[in-house]
Amino acid sequence: MAGTVVIGAGQAASQLVATLRAEGYADPIAVIGDEPYPPYQRPPLSKKFLAGELTEDRLYIKPPEFYEQAGAMLKLGVSAVAVDRAAKTVTLSDGAALGYDSLVFATGSRVRKLTVPGSDLPGIHYLRGIDDVKAIQPHFHAGKRMVVVGGGYIGLETAAVAAKRGLAVTVVEAMERCLQRVTSPLMSAFFQTLHRAEGVVIQTETGVTGFEASPGGGLVVKTTKGEIACDFVVAGIGILPGQELAAACGIVCDNGIVVDEFARTSDPNVYAAGDCANLPSKLMGRRLRLESVHNAIEQAKTAALSIAGKPKAYDDVPWFWSDQYDIKLQIAGLSAPGDTVVVRGDPASRKFAAFYLRDGVVAAVDAVNAAPEYMIGRMMIAQKKAVDPGRLADPATPMKSLMG
Amino acid sequence: MPKVTFIEHSGKEHVVDAAAGLSVMEAAVKNLVPGIDADCGGACACATCHVYVDPAFGAKIPEKSDMEQTMLDFANEVTADSRLSCQIKITPELDGLVVRLPASQH
Repeated sequence: MAGTVVIGAGQAASQLVATLRAEGYADPIAVIGDEPYPPYQRPPLSKKFLAGELTEDRLYIKPPEFYEQAGAMLKLGVSAVAVDRAAKTVTLSDGAALGYDSLVFATGSRVRKLTVPGSDLPGIHYLRGIDDVKAIQPHFHAGKRMVVVGGGYIGLETAAVAAKRGLAVTVVEAMERCLQRVTSPLMSAFFQTLHRAEGVVIQTETGVTGFEASPGGGLVVKTTKGEIACDFVVAGIGILPGQELAAACGIVCDNGIVVDEFARTSDPNVYAAGDCANLPSKLMGRRLRLESVHNAIEQAKTAALSIAGKPKAYDDVPWFWSDQYDIKLQIAGLSAPGDTVVVRGDPASRKFAAFYLRDGVVAAVDAVNAAPEYMIGRMMIAQKKAVDPGRLADPATPMKSLMG
Repeated sequence: MPKVTFIEHSGKEHVVDAAAGLSVMEAAVKNLVPGIDADCGGACACATCHVYVDPAFGAKIPEKSDMEQTMLDFANEVTADSRLSCQIKITPELDGLVVRLPASQH
């Protein structure tokens, strides 16, 4: 038996190995990763790992012995360069070819790169992998001037760690407000106020037009609203699904590798899981691509169950989290412009939640230091629960009683 | 190095060396103890690392945060000894710690 080949060695790949073996799958498993590291957690990269509070080995999802004991071959530091679906083989960058019965794309995503003039100057960084953080860390000292391009979660988490470290931080955001693509004006205002209170400069509606090397060292960031001198730049302007190889071998892709609820692609022997996959969500009422640990884990379990001959449909409420300063933001569901926003608690108290109602039911929740709101909100989304907005907004009404 | 004993729901014991500073969850994952998934990696966001702490050690562990308490409110088979193992930091005083795993995590 040729077994299962997993392209990609991240959160989904690690879970695939665990679930395949737990389900009694006995054929060979090979995991191909282009980074030199065993599967590791990415969320801490822009949080505790950047802050230096976590050593590299603590990022590893499982110790290397786990893969040995599971009889899974980790091929690290090589990339898959071609897939021949007729011959069922994957060709690697080192020239080797691996045969498969089942193939899984767990290729994740890659950062969207800046394209303005000067974007390839030294000192312009991204934050997606361990090596990215290692490249940033030598510059990451009190007194240094950092410009963050992009006020999304990665940019704001990076800004938070830097501000705590004593760097002078400027966040440049092209849109009207930070987090505009992912949350409501209320939450954007909360996070902008939070960062400004910590000394971070936030410039919204500011487009980056180019970079220049400063004669005295460092960089000049040119924007639509003037120039900003700094020592280095971290850009967090989104990610793109890792679909090139799948598309090149004729698998249907459309904002990600298109899969069904069983993680199957357009080829019955090929699966996809995690950031790279575009999945159907009955709960959310549309197709979507999710960039989250939870989705990587659950979709990997789904793919593994399909491969092991025990298919089980996947349709979960998406959830996410972000840590900035002493704030833990927990998010369930996907909010959209036009949702009715119901606020519970006072944002000034740093403990509150924003619920997003669509057609009278809870579609999403953003909870700030408010775990009950998050947990019950997640259940409400799953159950498409109709709620009384007045009672929901009243912190004196216990969350649990709203489920009754 | 402090020792921690994990007892699976089946009764199977795993005695592991756990470096001070790591969490009990990390000690389990590093030593391939089954039943502690820790999906969120220790961010106190998923409640898949639920354990029962031996009552003899309960008083030696700092109290639960509001976040941990709430996550536990929604976990299965919760008792007075329930904790999220990602929130328990290993210290020399916890040498000999015994934790049991719930039936739902196997």
